[in-house]
Amino acid sequence: MLENYLPTLIFLLVAGAFGVVLLVLGWLLGPRRPTAEKASAYECGFEAFEDTRMKFDVRYYLVAILFIIFDLEIAFLFPWAVSLDVIGGFGLLSMAMFLAVLVVGFIYEWKKGALEWD
Amino acid sequence: MDNLLSLWNGLTPELQSVIVTTLQIVGVMLAVVICVAFLTLAERKVIGFMQLRHGPNRIAIFGLPFLRGVAQPFADVIKLLLKEVLVPSAADKKLFMLAPLIVLVPALAAWAVIPFSPEFVLADINAGLLYVLALTSLGVYGVILAGWAANSKYAFLGAMRSAAQMVAYEIAMGFALVGVLMAAGSLNLGDIVRSQEGGPLAWHWFWLFPLFVVYFISGVAETNRAPFDVAEGESEIVAGFHVEYSGAAFATLFALPEYANMMLVATLAALMFLGGWLSPLQGYVPDEWFLAQSSFFWLFLKVGLLLFVFLWIRATFPRYRYDQIMRLGWKVLIPVTLVWIAVEGVMVWLKIGPWAP
Repeated sequence: MLENYLPTLIFLLVAGAFGVVLLVLGWLLGPRRPTAEKASAYECGFEAFEDTRMKFDVRYYLVAILFIIFDLEIAFLFPWAVSLDVIGGFGLLSMAMFLAVLVVGFIYEWKKGALEWD
Repeated sequence: MDNLLSLWNGLTPELQSVIVTTLQIVGVMLAVVICVAFLTLAERKVIGFMQLRHGPNRIAIFGLPFLRGVAQPFADVIKLLLKEVLVPSAADKKLFMLAPLIVLVPALAAWAVIPFSPEFVLADINAGLLYVLALTSLGVYGVILAGWAANSKYAFLGAMRSAAQMVAYEIAMGFALVGVLMAAGSLNLGDIVRSQEGGPLAWHWFWLFPLFVVYFISGVAETNRAPFDVAEGESEIVAGFHVEYSGAAFATLFALPEYANMMLVATLAALMFLGGWLSPLQGYVPDEWFLAQSSFFWLFLKVGLLLFVFLWIRATFPRYRYDQIMRLGWKVLIPVTLVWIAVEGVMVWLKIGPWAP
């Protein structure tokens, strides 16, 4: 049972090794002549105005938080969907109620404007 | 030769199977990489012809006069490997070199659970789809890291946009997958294909058509392809999260994973909605014909068709604005999937369609 998973582990290692080999090849084959101008951050030819570690829009946080809620919901739906034929009508009904509660939340955040982006 | 054979026989069976598996894995990985190479060529050719151009037509294999342009991807790879790998002086150097690997490894390793034909799959695990979903989610980390480590504003903005877009569409994608699981009753991709036995109308696209459309659109958005490529947005933020990468780092961060992910999305769509390796002529021609049998050939054909649609979409649609992308993801695709899951629930309840006893 668990040995079925071994190829996935080997594949992860092989893929990692492939990436490292590509990077090392590029390092060996390519020239290395960095200058101060070349190695500065690209800003359309201007001097970089300020540091990149700056404030950014809070909406990105909001998207991430909403994502966590919905992704957990999906993780909860996966085992339910696979065992549909075992759990019968009771299982269907409980998931319908769970989804209904979540849809209420979804409508709330929609009306609240959390999904607006302008 | 004899020495090698006796060495091989001296190994324990476990070690032998590990070595065989590793060789298979290397084979599959190289096949994927070569397909990526030719997909880049196909993209340029297809879009070229759609815009009444020729596309690449100079570099032929060994200078042969026919099939001009075929060797273009190999020339591109050699060029990229010979370029300087620039590391910006302000960048976090370790993370800067780590990010390409975090993008690349999941894009390749997800192929471990893909069943290529009824007989051949590297890892026949019962949580196959979950594994794919988990791995493809990891790509977001690489994108964020690449944008943050480069310490450039374009890269940073591109990474933020790209990450927000990827997580938004991942929800729609996940819901679409839930619909497939309800119909197939298994997380194993081979079993999902086998649950679609019985001709084109028994494939999941028929009963789950809205989910098929949502899955494909989310797939285009997940891979940051046009028309959802604002993360790249060359007219506003130059090239987004990979603006500071060059040479081999650019190849491993951007070119290879993007096309490998495109192929992965197309393959998953073919497996889950279009019957994978099953023949569309099943039941229409005599069973002993090659055309009626399940084989890798059919999967390849379906994946090729879906990839062509990817390229077609890129050649046809203008780029979306960012707020339009977010609106499409949250306010259109997610409600559609939710409604269709409810419809499916009713169909399960009434035992109609694929759930008929």
